[in-house]
Amino acid sequence: MMDGPAMQVSDVSRPRLPRGVRLAHNEAQGCWVLLAPERVFKADAVTVEILKRCTGETTLAAIVDDLAATFAAPRERIHADVVQLLSGLAEKKLLDLG
Amino acid sequence: MTTNGVALSAPLGMLAELTHRCPLGCPYCSNPLALDKRADELDTATWARVFCEAATLGVLQVHLSGGEPAARRDLPEIVKAAREAGLYSNLITSAVGLTPQSLATLSDAGLDHVQISIQDSEGESADHIAGYKGASARKRKLAKEVVNLGLPLTVNMVVHRANIDRVEPMVDLALSLGATRVEIAHVQYYGWALKNRATLMPTREQVEEAVRQVELLRAKHQGRIVIDAVAPDYYARFPKPCMGGWGRRSLNVTPAGRVLPCHAAEVIPGLEFWNVREHSLGDIWRSSPAFLEFRGTDWMQEPCKSCARRDQDFGGCRCQAFLLTGDARAADPVCHLSPHHAAVAELAADRKDAAYAYRTS
Repeated sequence: MMDGPAMQVSDVSRPRLPRGVRLAHNEAQGCWVLLAPERVFKADAVTVEILKRCTGETTLAAIVDDLAATFAAPRERIHADVVQLLSGLAEKKLLDLG
Repeated sequence: MTTNGVALSAPLGMLAELTHRCPLGCPYCSNPLALDKRADELDTATWARVFCEAATLGVLQVHLSGGEPAARRDLPEIVKAAREAGLYSNLITSAVGLTPQSLATLSDAGLDHVQISIQDSEGESADHIAGYKGASARKRKLAKEVVNLGLPLTVNMVVHRANIDRVEPMVDLALSLGATRVEIAHVQYYGWALKNRATLMPTREQVEEAVRQVELLRAKHQGRIVIDAVAPDYYARFPKPCMGGWGRRSLNVTPAGRVLPCHAAEVIPGLEFWNVREHSLGDIWRSSPAFLEFRGTDWMQEPCKSCARRDQDFGGCRCQAFLLTGDARAADPVCHLSPHHAAVAELAADRKDAAYAYRTS
């Protein structure tokens, strides 16, 4: 077994939501939520766009490319945002980095 | 929309107590002393309707609990109904009564998460606490089966005087079973636990050491397992924000269909609970007398009324206030500002080793 923080996210990671973690749009609350064991997180628009692309098939590099193209934003900044979000979620066991 | 002067929020979670039947006899069981009978249990179709009403109301997660929910033969249909209603389903189980086959059926029905209770890291002690020989071995086997099916597993460990010194081996056990989350839940003294309080109550030193251990283990296992702790409140200075506020974030449906703001609420005399057989869940949430009684802050008296923390801890727990002071509107006496606070320390000091009064069914 390893000690300390788990694996690091990298450009070749193929992140996906594990079983038991679901992104859902909640009609009654009028917002997107990330549903997880005993926990609910409100997901903002940026988070939703990133997580929708975490299929387990697409690499992190490709996700960043796609987001940069879709939102016409600097790739470097998007890369930093995505890495920050995904490593935070992985630490909370809400994401498989694959 | 407002009620009693506060904005009415939507509930996020619903505890569905499918049955009070259970093969185990844990002396701190959260079920009431007077259990609902099998003949009075809601049927499958009613639960399915309640799940749809819950989703419409804003509920996101349903906790399928008991008793032992697997005591219901229609559990797969109930899980399926929760999924179809769009709810995230969490099975809270003793694992006794489940088999690898029935677990696979529940997984196929769309179950999202499984929480298994384990009474101690030492098997013999665990079986003694549960009042069921062989329970510990069965639980470990089923826990591994949950992980094999790809379902996320939480291990729930209730801690008290007989096992509180084993927080580290408990977390190690949860890790070895493949859990991604473990709850270290100090006993809360209601119902059966209140009956067994003198036998269950740890010392202040034990509690402080357990809290310290949890902090150390969180740092040690960061990124591998989430450790959540339920605080031991008899030794606290401030009360817990019970249920995140009365009638504010969650609701509880009993096996017979009564809807409660929390699972212990029936101990408070004079509250009028409505039943899902007669009312929709939305009507109950918005208008039933029991939910209106302590929603918001209008019901408060001093020291809560003018307290800076009143919107933070909501005066603590109404059930505990009633059980320890005789007045459900009083401040939870766990709070050091309560005039009854000294009595809580006296109750915590009343410890004696005796045989457990096991929960009966």
